[in-house]
Amino acid sequence: MYQNSTEIFQMMPFIIIGAGILLSIAVEMSIKKSELILPWFSILIFAVSAVISIAGIQQESVLFGGMIAAGGKAAIFNFIFNVGAALVVLNSVDYIKKYGTYYGEYYILVQSSVLGMMMMSGAKDIIMIFMGLELMSICFYVLAGINRKKFSANEASMKYFLLGAFATGFVIYGIALIYGTSATTKIDDIISGFNRLITNPLFVAGFIFLLIGFSFKIAAFPFHMWVPDVYQGSATTVTGLMSTTGKTAAFSVFIIILAAIFSTHSINKFTPYFAAIASLSMLYGSIVAISQDNVKRMLAYSSIAHAGYMAIGLAAGNISSESGIIFYLAAYTFMNIGAFGIVSIIEGENDTQLGISSYAGLGNRNPVLAAFMALFMFALAGIPPLAGFFGKYYVFIGAIEGGLTWLAVIGVISSVISVYFYLRVVVYMYFREPQEEIKIYSDNLSLSAVVVSGLLVIIFGLFPDTLLNLITSALIR
Amino acid sequence: MTSIPMEYYLVLSGFMFSVGIVGVLIRRNAIVVFMSIELMLNSANLTLVTFSSYLGNVTGQVFVFFVMTVAAAEAAVGLAIIIAIFRNKLTVDIDKINIFKW
Repeated sequence: MYQNSTEIFQMMPFIIIGAGILLSIAVEMSIKKSELILPWFSILIFAVSAVISIAGIQQESVLFGGMIAAGGKAAIFNFIFNVGAALVVLNSVDYIKKYGTYYGEYYILVQSSVLGMMMMSGAKDIIMIFMGLELMSICFYVLAGINRKKFSANEASMKYFLLGAFATGFVIYGIALIYGTSATTKIDDIISGFNRLITNPLFVAGFIFLLIGFSFKIAAFPFHMWVPDVYQGSATTVTGLMSTTGKTAAFSVFIIILAAIFSTHSINKFTPYFAAIASLSMLYGSIVAISQDNVKRMLAYSSIAHAGYMAIGLAAGNISSESGIIFYLAAYTFMNIGAFGIVSIIEGENDTQLGISSYAGLGNRNPVLAAFMALFMFALAGIPPLAGFFGKYYVFIGAIEGGLTWLAVIGVISSVISVYFYLRVVVYMYFREPQEEIKIYSDNLSLSAVVVSGLLVIIFGLFPDTLLNLITSALIR
Repeated sequence: MTSIPMEYYLVLSGFMFSVGIVGVLIRRNAIVVFMSIELMLNSANLTLVTFSSYLGNVTGQVFVFFVMTVAAAEAAVGLAIIIAIFRNKLTVDIDKINIFKW
């Protein structure tokens, strides 16, 4: 069945993560000191899987009986998921020690959610999109409330669960209508018949239900109401995982189901929808974030705004906007994981030291942390030459090529607004005197995760062409 | 059996889906909201089975098994979350679970 070794090689990331999950469960059950083993084991399998994925970028193959594609853009997505999750795990070790709440399920759930994301980003069949989405989401519902004795975690978990399951209802109903009108679940068949199917109102209705369901998952404006509460209530490391890799996985599904528009130049009937959610999310996220004093909540609103910038690329719907989205996702993942990593280091027990006043005077007390926080804030604000700037730049270029200059203008306006609240953190760190004594736990592992994300942000910013060429060559093939 | 037109089933499932959405939006008890979500999933199942039967294509029925499995997993997680909330606060009223404000 599998004659060539390439296919077996391409299959390895899935096998490694899947076997890793089973092995981790066995370790967790049988070894008392699993807290010391599981994080390193998770990092190991994530690292191996990331390296194998990116090594197979040149060769695209379809695995598991036409269910999952590997290589090409799926390789880039798998790299983002695995490296992001490895950094989050590295970050979690000290964080969990600080809170004193270790549950063995934590690392297993992180691994399972990554498997779900990999299933989504490589899906060749709608069933695979649905199963991957649910594997990821159910793990996230549990992870959000992993600290079950704390009421804020309970509340975050329940809000995430109810709205996430509501979104799932839309996704599955949309899939049912798409299946009914196209008589297939194979994405390639749906895409090749896209121009014929788009005239069928039932198909369009199904497609819009699917888009609405995934708009919940990317946290775009009218479907954002769960985001601030869930991001604030969950453990900071978990927030770092679901705000970055979870969003990347949802965007990878958008790119897959809109492939007919991106690559075969079908008329983009959904431009008004995406233009609306993009402009509203950008403005809403940036404006509301100004009034936030809690840094985690501020980052949650900024994540709504970033979903808006990326949705510009979906509205434009051409190859350069597609590669722009993927570049943006890579940049956003690492700068946000870094920012949440620093928040998790500063954070004290019981949700203390999350306000922006806790950052006052950080430039004197802990210059390294302050420098990295400033780096991530500048990157998120989109100041050149950091990765965040080029993400926005490429997406805006795609929008202008697609004839949506007004959307790019709104994007620029909202980035200017967002500079205010990002720089506010920097001003607090360097130009304000601390009002309270703040104890910062020494966290070498978390700091190393922050340093790695910081380096990636700088590298993506200094050599954006290299990454962009890699993405574009993976897309065009 | 085939004398019942397909549209009847689709209208029924569309109605069930709408009842589910309205239930999620207006009910305040977490369990009832969750039941409304299950109703949405089941209306999608009905749609899948209908299309599968009328198209003579078995994929839709296989899909329904996947959806049912996922719904069961979701129910397990969801009820566990609701129990965790109840233990801490002795209520499952969504309006009373609101410590986060902006």
